[in-house]
Amino acid sequence: MAKKKSDPRNNNGATATATPAAGAAAVADPAEVQLRRDLLRSMLLQRRFEERCAEAYALGKIGGFCHLYIGQEACGTGAISALRADDYVITTYRDHGQALARGMSPRSIMAELFGRADGCVGGKGGSMHLFDSNVNFLGGHGIVGGHIPIGTGVGFAIKYRGGDQVCLCFMGEAAVNNGAFHEALNMAALWKLPVVYIIENNRYGMGTALERASAINDIAERACAYNMPRAVLDGQDVLAVRRGVQEAVERARTESVPTLLEVRTYRFMGHSMSDAVSGTYRTKAELEEYLKRDPITLLRTNMQDAGEITDEEVSKMDEELKAIVQDAWDFADASPEPPLEALYEDVYVETTT
Amino acid sequence: MPVITYRDALNQAHREEMQRDDRVFLMGEEVAVYQGAYKVSKGLLQEFGEMRVVDTPITELGFAGVGVGAAMVGLRPVIEFMTWNFALLALDQVVNAAAKMLYMSGGQYKMPIVFRGPNGAALQLSAQHSQAWESWLAHIPGLKVVAPGTPYDAKGLLKSAIRDDNPVIVLEGEMLYNTKGEVPDEDYVVPIGKAEVKREGDHCTIVTHGKMILVALRAAEELEKQGIRVDVVDLRTIRPMDVEAITASVRKTNRAVVLEEGWEVCGVGAQVVDYIQRECFDDLDAPVVRVHQADVPMPYAKNLERAAKPDAAKTIAAVKKVMYLE
Repeated sequence: MAKKKSDPRNNNGATATATPAAGAAAVADPAEVQLRRDLLRSMLLQRRFEERCAEAYALGKIGGFCHLYIGQEACGTGAISALRADDYVITTYRDHGQALARGMSPRSIMAELFGRADGCVGGKGGSMHLFDSNVNFLGGHGIVGGHIPIGTGVGFAIKYRGGDQVCLCFMGEAAVNNGAFHEALNMAALWKLPVVYIIENNRYGMGTALERASAINDIAERACAYNMPRAVLDGQDVLAVRRGVQEAVERARTESVPTLLEVRTYRFMGHSMSDAVSGTYRTKAELEEYLKRDPITLLRTNMQDAGEITDEEVSKMDEELKAIVQDAWDFADASPEPPLEALYEDVYVETTT
Repeated sequence: MPVITYRDALNQAHREEMQRDDRVFLMGEEVAVYQGAYKVSKGLLQEFGEMRVVDTPITELGFAGVGVGAAMVGLRPVIEFMTWNFALLALDQVVNAAAKMLYMSGGQYKMPIVFRGPNGAALQLSAQHSQAWESWLAHIPGLKVVAPGTPYDAKGLLKSAIRDDNPVIVLEGEMLYNTKGEVPDEDYVVPIGKAEVKREGDHCTIVTHGKMILVALRAAEELEKQGIRVDVVDLRTIRPMDVEAITASVRKTNRAVVLEEGWEVCGVGAQVVDYIQRECFDDLDAPVVRVHQADVPMPYAKNLERAAKPDAAKTIAAVKKVMYLE
């Protein structure tokens, strides 16, 4: 299959979104099949994990704000699959799925959500602030737009040290109206920093539709202001996301050029646990239309059609993942509350230099 | 010992620390080609190159955040704000990101970053360019806040700040940059969290910091002529505050005046008074009196500005009040 190479600065998204899934008729490369299985597994793990998060929230085991990623799994999974282990990821408060995709342990995440000592940040952060330095996961951040300059600074540090790593910076589409977004993208383009900005356009900033918040509805066009390469990706197609991000990551790694990617997706749940799935700002009919393009169903169906996975194998995978999530739940439930001494720990670090 | 300006003392601190540690870089508006809006970074671009002395667009929030990101992954940024008045745009990065990163990440990501620049009023810059931010910044757990008032302290505290693994706020002053004092050529640091008695006396304590040191010393000199000997305690660090130094002085003099550049309500002085009443209640011979800016935005007209600012005359009056001499 010949892939049209276009100048990404003039890309309106057509080439990036139009690429179909791998041809069903051809004999697939076993490594490619394995990759698709891994992607399916990762997305399904996120789905099963968050279904239990909703349950735990209803039971009062998870508190505070809790923003689910259900429906958007292909974005984080496809994007993070394009990274090396020494690359960096920084993201928003809707961070469970990306943390799992990056390889953080379900146990440590669930324990964090439960506010327990064995949580990935010892119960100090909760749902919105997952961090894991072992996998260069630089956090979920709670202020819309606030982490975009930080991801840009990670890119600056990479360039400063002369490394070839890349920083992947996720955000929602509502962040593009925020000053921090523009300040950061301007500097990234001006200084040629190896950062890939991924806008997960799920159509709503909380309850405000994109069209009611942004003067430009083709979000990727925002990159034009900074002469930055851009593309629009189908956020329900994990392979399309992976390909688009791979191209951007390669450009960042080899040319130190940042890219802005708009990944069009939809969240199947409310903004947070306090928001109904549909209601005042979006209709049930709209939701049902988008549910037809569930990223997990899309990949599974394509793989089944291509003979790459059977119903039995999917069921088996699902059972394994449910068991992993149950184990994470049990682990979190059994984990002690943080010791009270922890209250005053990690406010300051002892200086060693 | 060489006598140099506060500006050159800061310049030396940058140079020495950048020579010592190649993870240290300076970023801000006009720090490189222009050599610094106040020439604090003079010569640094030539010595260290454009990767380590970085001019930014006018985008305080943006480059403060770039510093935070760089610090997260192991660099040691010094972020210069042309003045702290402009840093208000960057407070999300200073407060929500830098100050909380270590805690939010359960100790995984430390934040060795310095945010520095001139603080408070200069002359006739009016409302938006004349604010003292220390009480805002010192309010935040996770930050350290220093306010050197002399060239010696400026160099020593900035060097400590750069070597610290926590975010440190360094509050300088436009009106301080040209002041001179003895500064050793050799490497030294002034520890963060240690106050210093800048002048000894046993009749009354003046607790102050930063630019107001000069005001306090002028007042002390005048009072000495009238037979009143004051202890001038220079906090040097606002957070963590050296409570012991304050209480030791108040126990000696039994009277205290707290002098600061900023506004009264919820100011640094309110915190100092709280420590004094808790620790020295039985030692006090009079209620503590505070000297501060008038509770108004800074006006432009010379006479109004003078009336708004704390000064030596107001400080002298306050000392006399706590000594029941008025």
